[in-house]
Amino acid sequence: MPLVRIPTPLRKYTQGQEEVSVAGTTVGEILTNLEGACPGIRERICDAEGRVRRFVNVFVADEDIRFLQNLETPVAERDEISIVPAIAGG
Amino acid sequence: MAALRAKRAVCVDSITELIGNTPLVRLHHIERSCPGVELYAKAEFTNPAGSVKDRAALFIVRDALARGAIRPGMRLIDSTSGNTGIAYAMVGAALGVPVTLVMPENVTVPRKQVTTAYGVEIIYSSPMEGSDGAIVLARELVERHPGRYFYPDQYSNPANPGAHYATTAPEIWEQTAGRITHFVTGIGTSGTVVGTSRRLHEISPAIRCVAIQPDDAMHGLEGMKHLPSSLVPQIYDEGVLDDTIWMPTDEGWDMAERLAEEEGLFVGHSSGANVAGALRLGRELADRGERGVVVTILCDRGDRYFVPLRWERNYVW
Repeated sequence: MPLVRIPTPLRKYTQGQEEVSVAGTTVGEILTNLEGACPGIRERICDAEGRVRRFVNVFVADEDIRFLQNLETPVAERDEISIVPAIAGG
Repeated sequence: MAALRAKRAVCVDSITELIGNTPLVRLHHIERSCPGVELYAKAEFTNPAGSVKDRAALFIVRDALARGAIRPGMRLIDSTSGNTGIAYAMVGAALGVPVTLVMPENVTVPRKQVTTAYGVEIIYSSPMEGSDGAIVLARELVERHPGRYFYPDQYSNPANPGAHYATTAPEIWEQTAGRITHFVTGIGTSGTVVGTSRRLHEISPAIRCVAIQPDDAMHGLEGMKHLPSSLVPQIYDEGVLDDTIWMPTDEGWDMAERLAEEEGLFVGHSSGANVAGALRLGRELADRGERGVVVTILCDRGDRYFVPLRWERNYVW
């Protein structure tokens, strides 16, 4: 199953887990299934229309999905998905 | 013909002497939404390395040199999300102090390039751990190699708020001719808001000093810290603050866009959030039919945040 890497500010939804294995063949599917496993997390990543929030970056195998096919981006069985927030202060 | 700008020093011995004494800009277009209230922003992007962090970096390094804390052969090391790193890089180069920076790997490419240009060494921490991950890694490196590094720790160093106590606050007082009623700015290390507020309250206890924090742990206001979910900086002192505004990312981003389009000020998102906070205070005053002079900080310029263009999209991390 693809592996989703969870940033610190979202780990309260994953019981502190840094990585979660989630089934799915596209980023959109995986985010939906991630929400099933970790209720509340999707709203922090996506806006009310279901689009990835403009300040959140989602990467599939080190490539920003904005430069791929956004939520339609295909995800292979062994891919790693990273959710990367902005950087806090200092 | 009117002069282009108020007189500034024209010849100095070191770039570090150009830090501070930044201009205050009135936000005539934004303040139309709060009649009777004047909004001003301090143009910290005019500091030589381009951000408000030049002040803290200079005071921190000067203090360390004065105390003999940086001995020959030692490198300054600190963790940073970007701007402090660029400021350390400039001050270090100018004063002959070698610099090592620990940054989360997902800092913007321009920041990596700028710091590298000054000849600093960069060590990357995990992009998933944010700036707290960089703090933890810097502490580990210092522990592992005692004697190699001087670790000023901007989050705990009194010279950080001390810079704003000594310079930013008196400058604002003078630039507003003592008319300032409100000071508001975001928390990164908290150095700016704590140092400036402490001094302003001493000068005139009636001035209301307000901090801004992102409204959620998962936010997009780069450079700002959501303290309830972060390592709280040792220099943070709630006692000098009158209030805190919890700022949504979108409100800050929208204001950053307005500042560029309506005021000609192309600034970063944290500056957008600061002005959005200032406007909230301004509206509260206007709604009550009160007048006021609200001052905030423009931390840096927007071009520090350009994302890579499509053909440059190979991220380093």
